[in-house]
Formats: sequence, C-alpha cells, structure tokens
Amino acid sequence: MSIVVGKTAKAPDFPIAAKTALKNDQLRRNVHHATNVIRNKRALRVEEMPDWEQLRDAGSEIKQHTLAHLDHYLIEFERNCELAGGKVHWARDADEANRIAIELIRHYGGDGPGVEVIKVKTMTSDEVQMNHALEAAGIKPIETDLADMIVQLGNDEPSHIVVPALHKNRFEIRDIFREKMGKPELTEQPENLTAAARTYLRERFLRTKIGISGANFAVAETGSVCVVESEGNGRMCVTLPEVLITLVGIEKVIPTFADLEVFLQTLPRSATGERMNPYNSLWTGVAAGDGPRAFHVILLDNGRTKLLHDELERETLQCIRCGACLNACPVYRETGGHAYGSIYSGPIGAILSPQLQSMEHSRSLPYASTLCGACYEVCPVKINIPEVLIHLRGEVVREDQKTLSGRLTPENLAMQAAANIFLSHRRYEAAQRLARIGQTLFKRDGQLTNLPGMAGAWTRSRDLRPIPKQSFRDWWKSREKNGEPNA
Amino acid sequence: MHYNTGYHREAVPLVRRFVEMFRDAEAVCVPSASCVAMMREHYEMMAEADGDLAFIAEVRSLLPRVFEFSELLVNRLGIEDVGAVFPHSVTYHPSCHSLRMLHVGDAPVKLLHSVRGLSLLELPQKEQCCGFGGTFAVKNPDVSLAMLTEKDACILQTGAEVVTALDNSCLMQIYGGLHRAGSQVRTMHLAEILASTGGDA
Repeated sequence: MSIVVGKTAKAPDFPIAAKTALKNDQLRRNVHHATNVIRNKRALRVEEMPDWEQLRDAGSEIKQHTLAHLDHYLIEFERNCELAGGKVHWARDADEANRIAIELIRHYGGDGPGVEVIKVKTMTSDEVQMNHALEAAGIKPIETDLADMIVQLGNDEPSHIVVPALHKNRFEIRDIFREKMGKPELTEQPENLTAAARTYLRERFLRTKIGISGANFAVAETGSVCVVESEGNGRMCVTLPEVLITLVGIEKVIPTFADLEVFLQTLPRSATGERMNPYNSLWTGVAAGDGPRAFHVILLDNGRTKLLHDELERETLQCIRCGACLNACPVYRETGGHAYGSIYSGPIGAILSPQLQSMEHSRSLPYASTLCGACYEVCPVKINIPEVLIHLRGEVVREDQKTLSGRLTPENLAMQAAANIFLSHRRYEAAQRLARIGQTLFKRDGQLTNLPGMAGAWTRSRDLRPIPKQSFRDWWKSREKNGEPNA
Repeated sequence: MHYNTGYHREAVPLVRRFVEMFRDAEAVCVPSASCVAMMREHYEMMAEADGDLAFIAEVRSLLPRVFEFSELLVNRLGIEDVGAVFPHSVTYHPSCHSLRMLHVGDAPVKLLHSVRGLSLLELPQKEQCCGFGGTFAVKNPDVSLAMLTEKDACILQTGAEVVTALDNSCLMQIYGGLHRAGSQVRTMHLAEILASTGGDA
C-alpha cells in the first residue's frame, strides 16, 4: 500500500521548490498581503476571548482523548450514523476511497458519460486526488467553493488549507474567469467577480443530483456530520442534491455533540478571524422530504493509523485544519503553499505529509522551518509542531545513517566532527586555532565572504565575522594573569 | 545544533558534558536564549531516552539553576540598572526562543531602559523570526535570506545605530545581511551594551 498525499510524490525538495516561489514577486506580494490580513483579524478575535487558553486546552484534551480511543468512537459514529439512515464505508487508502465514491456515483447517477457531481471544499478529497480519479472515470466534479473553483478553473493547485487561492489576486482571478466562463468583458471588481461566480454556480447547484462534501467534525454520539463555511455553497451541496457522499478523515470524529461548543468557537476565530462561521451545517442521516434521500460516509485512513502508536506523532491528528499556523509561519509567508509539494502546506503540512506517506517523498519538509514556534503559539488544539518537526528530523537522520553513503554525506561528517570537538576542551581550542589560520584564505576586507562547502550557502548572501584573535576564555585568563578583578 | 537538526544520538554526550562541567555551579548564566530553550525543553527528555537514572537525576537538579542572561539579572536577582552608559539609539529584536519558549517578557527591555544615554526604538514586526534557525540558514539559504531581508528592512526603518538581542546566532544572521548590504548598523549582544561605560562604544 503506497500512500501519497496529493501530488507530493512528484514534488521537488522544499529548498528547490521554494527557490522558484521566491522568484515570483507577484505571488509573494499576494501571500504577504493575505497572511497579514488574516493574521491581524485572528489576533483581534482571539484577544477578545477571556477564556482562549482554556478553549485551547479543552480542544487539545478532547482530541487527545478521542485519538486514544479512536476505535471506540469510530464504531460509535458508524452505528449512530446508520441508525439515522446513513451508510458508512471504510477506506484504507486513497484508491479505496475513490473506488467507493465512483461506485456510488455510478449506482445513483448511471454509467453514462458526463455525470456531474458538485463538491463543497474538502481537503481530504484533494489528499486522495479524487477529482483526477473521477475525471478518469468519466465523471465531472464541480468545485463550488469560490477559491476552489478558481483553482479548478485555472488548472492550479490549492496553496492554503483554508484559502486555497490565496496566491491569486483579483486581476489574475478575472483573467481565469474571462477565459473559462466565456466572459471577456468581466472586470476585476470583487462584486463583479462574485456575481459571475454566483451565476455560474447556481445553474450547477440546481441541476446536479449528487453532492460530495468533506467534514469538519463527525459526532460519534449522534452520528452527525458538521461542515462550516462562509459562502453558503456548502449548505447548497449538502441539502440540494438527492445523494450526498461525505469523505471524512478518521481523525475528524469527536465524542459528543457538546464538544462542538469548543471547536465552533476556536475554528472560525483561528481560521478566518470570524467570531462564527456564516454557515454551520449539521446533518444526521436522512430525513423524509428534507435534504438528500441517500447519505453515504466514507471514513478514510490513508496512513493516519500509523501515527496512533506514538503520543507525539499522534498530536498531528489533532489538527482541525484552521490554517492559523500557515498564516503565522514566517517561512510560509515567503514561499506560499506550493513549495511544500502537498495540499497540506505550511507548518502542519511539514509534519503531516511526511507522516502520512513514506518519508522518502517528503524528507526535506521537516527542515522547512526555523523552529521559531509561531505555529505552536497560535494552534487552537496545541499541536507542538516544532517538537514534532524535531522528532521527524531525527527519523530522517537515523534513516540516512543506516547506509554507508548516508554516513558519508558532508553534513553527517560535519555533525560527527562537531560533536567530537564540543566534547573536549583541547579539541575545541585546537579547532579554533585551526579555523583562525584557515579563515585567512577567505577573508576580504576583514570579512568572510566566500566560504567553501556547506558554509558557502551562508556566505553566498551573508557576510560572516571572522573568529576574533582572542576568545572570551583567553581574555578572561589574561585578566586573571594581570591580577584584574573578575567580579 | 545537533538535536534540532535530528542528530539526537550525537547530542546526548554533549548533555553529559554540560552536566559534568556545571554540576557544582550555584547558577549557570547562559548568554543565549535558544541554548537555554534547548536545555529546558529537551535535556530531560534526552536523559530519559538515554535511561541512566543518575544522569536523569543530575539533569533535573541542574536545570532549575540554569538562567538566560536577562532572566538571571531581572527575574532572579532583581537588577534592572547595571550602571551602563551607552549614548546610542538601539532597537531590540526579541528572538523567537526568548519570546516564545523562555517567555522572558520585558526583562531585556527593562535592562535597556535603565542604560544612560540609550534611546530604545521600537522594531516593527519585531516578533517575526530573522530566518536563522540553526542549520535552516544553510539548508534553506534562499528562504532564510528572504526572511532576513524583511527583518533587516524593519531594523533599517527604525534608524537605530545598533540592533541588539539575547542570541548571538540571530545577531550573526542579522549582521550577515546588514553588512553585505553595506549598512553601518552594528549588532551587539545585550551583555555588550550593559558592559559599556560610554567610553569606546
């Protein structure tokens, strides 16, 4: 079983992908602007909450408890969902999830070509690359979230967990709409863009018989599913179609209905800086004369159970996909989401992607962080992302050191040598003396500006002060010798 | 450096060495917030992974005696004015680990406010990382530089003559960018400013 998160397997290493992103000034301006706006809105909405820290604790505890007893709550969810008239399917990986979805769509929509499904934004369906699978089966998925629609029409990839088209500005969006909607006169005023999208989507909402959604929460106690959103497209997708298929990562289950009280406060404030989402849709099974006549839930594993055995790794599954860590991250701010090579970008992506799929596809991701801690500070479920990153770095190093070629990399040799030098006073001072002599080769105007090897990555863009003639220790000793007081 | 880069096994002897060197100290003053953060956040865990009970006990007994420089002065000793004289404009970069892991708060700012002649200028977007991040600076040199460029622009915006911090690693990064760009702004550790008596500075 090979697990792939979106297109990650084909993605270049982070430093290389980042380099491309950094050259795109327009992209960087868009990302700076958007993250600044959301960051500030979030800060405002968090500051006004006297019990914010307690809410974070509560969210973290609910998730920890659920993940420790996931088997119990998943089965409870299945039982209650089916009692209410839903049907639960279990998917081990992306292929299984897509196969189940396609079978259901064929069952209800027929085998003919051109069957359409409307979709409300679901990261999980991007994770399993459902749109590609559906298209390959002759089914036409229509994204109805405004940003997801922009991404789909532009043959693009989402660059943010909450705001998938964050990397596009309105002029770029206008151009996509002009081309794909056949509206050459369209202008970039937000009202005009929204109106064009509304007309385009309304037709599709009304004519499409099958809807696909994700879920923010699945409540075990009642078998209910919850989707929160801002545009109303989600409400349309889960109520208008005759058939609703909901794809849910198994970590989205929460024990009780009352637990929503915590997350419906922390999620909108963290995600978009809103006190409450404009649309909070909750549904339980099927009801005669109201909403879809058939309701199917696909519970997706796709690598998640691998993380359950380890308490630290398991923290990753607490994520409620608010995207606050992306907006807070100084690395994401510079590169945007595409550099992460996965639909899960930013700090959470840097820990989620390498754990869901095999590490070889994303071994540069745990290093795509300065460990500054801004992500942990804003996380509404208190995932200690820096700690998980360090843990994953350990895995990368241990994996490398298993082979001779891995042990002979310049980095590994330098790290071993440094550890050795730090362990002995004599070796440390000898290394210092040696460096003082060696550095004269690279000194220009009293600066180190062109060092060889790994240090060259530093001096290509930054100067470095040479090691001074006298170390602090030498200076201290000379004071003692000259009888100067040390205190 | 080792632990944060993933060389966990290699880091354990360094912890042992630290304990051997400082086990008898009444207080250990560390002029680097990120070093103290590493000790507080990980030393105990590393000792536990090693499994040697005596080692674990020693780490536990030593850690409460380890202080970051400004913490020791302000929070532990209650000293805010060390009698320094530094007639220059200074901006303070609150390094990530001092801010978000040690929570030193306004201890360094209190110390700076008490320096004669010093005018402290507020750094815009001060809580944003400078892009150093240990081996990040060489593993992701382009992103590191992009972050540094933003930080240095904010520093220059203040018009300060000197930028200070509790971490020489961040200062090395900030200096690297400023100096390459031909700026005259100096980087000084807080301790260097507090040691000034107005003469040579």
